[in-house]
Amino acid sequence: MDLIGVRGVSFSYGGPAVLADIDLVIRDGDFLALIGPNGSGKTTLVKIVLGLLEPSRGSVEIMGRPIGEFRDWSLVGYVPQKATHVDPLFPASVEEVVAMALMSNTKAWKASGRGEIRRALRRVGMEDLRRSPIGRLSGGQQQRIFIARALVTSPRILFLDEPTTGVDAETQTSFYDLLDLLNEEEGITIVLVTHDIGIVNKHVSQVACLNQRLVYHGSHADFCRSEVFRDMVTRGDHLIAHEH
Amino acid sequence: MESLLAYGFLQRALLAGLSIAVACAVLGLFLILRRDAMIGHGLSHVAFAGVALGLFLNVMPLAAALAVSAVAAVGMMKLKDRAGLHGDTAIGILSSVGMAVGILLATMARGFNVELMAYLFGDILAIDPLEVALTAGLAAAVLLLVSINYAKLLFMTFDRESARVSGVRVARLDALLMMLTAVTVVLGMRVVGILLVAALIVIPAAAGLQVAARFKTAVAVSTSAALLSVALGLLLALELDIPASAAIVILCSIMFGLAAMGKKVRSRRSRRA
Repeated sequence: MDLIGVRGVSFSYGGPAVLADIDLVIRDGDFLALIGPNGSGKTTLVKIVLGLLEPSRGSVEIMGRPIGEFRDWSLVGYVPQKATHVDPLFPASVEEVVAMALMSNTKAWKASGRGEIRRALRRVGMEDLRRSPIGRLSGGQQQRIFIARALVTSPRILFLDEPTTGVDAETQTSFYDLLDLLNEEEGITIVLVTHDIGIVNKHVSQVACLNQRLVYHGSHADFCRSEVFRDMVTRGDHLIAHEH
Repeated sequence: MESLLAYGFLQRALLAGLSIAVACAVLGLFLILRRDAMIGHGLSHVAFAGVALGLFLNVMPLAAALAVSAVAAVGMMKLKDRAGLHGDTAIGILSSVGMAVGILLATMARGFNVELMAYLFGDILAIDPLEVALTAGLAAAVLLLVSINYAKLLFMTFDRESARVSGVRVARLDALLMMLTAVTVVLGMRVVGILLVAALIVIPAAAGLQVAARFKTAVAVSTSAALLSVALGLLLALELDIPASAAIVILCSIMFGLAAMGKKVRSRRSRRA
């Protein structure tokens, strides 16, 4: 089943086009890496799919409905790029941060209740820190808390925008292992914005490569054999290629 | 103390002061964390234009200030969103225009008199029963609306983008927060005056943020600091024959100083441990 359908989407911030004529389908169960060099429009595309930006042309469908008519946002989880830049003085405990998402959604709150908060924290291995102030956690720990916040409403699809920026290599490994678990065992579709080809090699099943236009979309195995991949590695393109 | 409390004017002053303290303390936390701490300051200057308009048109200054501040609150939001202004530029523009219009109207109405001074510097001991009822009603409305929207307001304040993705209608909540702030500022100017009402919004909340690790604790500390400052400030004003507004704001600052010291002591202890 198609969870996300992007059809003929173009976008600009008032100047030259950031995205041109993008067609992309994300299917149920995919673990998709959205890759491309800096400024290629990855974050912009995710923001359009999430309804944070309006495309200048084209349309987006979520779970079969035009984005304007889609209401069940509890089924969509989002971990934004800036999640690792938490205001250290913000007075919120881990539990409060996770509760925000659940309690903001009356339907999800009524259906699950407070127990769901602890369950979400348990899934990301952070239950013991539930009373800690969010500002005192490490970048990796905060990232897990934001995943718990995204998971607490039981989403079918999870968007993560450069989730491990500024996080050490060891924490990154355990973080991506967690994503594997969520995708393989819990069936959550994952869309990961990254410019780390190492991550692409180890974890994802699908790759969409963006550089204003969609230059590749297909399986990870085919991507590794593609000219797009060879070109990217040869040129550098601000992509990080390494083994985990 | 008991004999003092028997006076009707003091009962009214306490009720109005404590009510506005609660409203300011709760709203202030959201405003500071949204980096909108100066909104109270800006709206108080606009409220001055409203008071002057009331004096000029010979209508109730409080009602005129309410109308003008509500319009200005919406104006600040629109200006910030649509004109692509940086930080608090919109507040700077509207507050200066408000003050200029206020001075102009007050001069034209020959209104630089005792009544205008009461709005500028506050005159809590002369507050009338209608104003007390309005202020208590406002505090109840702030508490009710913030409680109903608590999780959404907190989510939006902490991470606006993720809140939008989760279906939180952030524009609607922005408007709610701005309206509540505008009304609070207008009613608060009778308590501490136009020139000091922003202090009641910012300082107790800043004190709460110094010591709290959880948002609900910050609400409790901020509210307690504001309530104590108003109650003690009133008593000091009566005992020492000093302006209540100044006493209240100075006490707020002392509370903030204590909270900041408490934070330092605690962090020193935790470093040693």
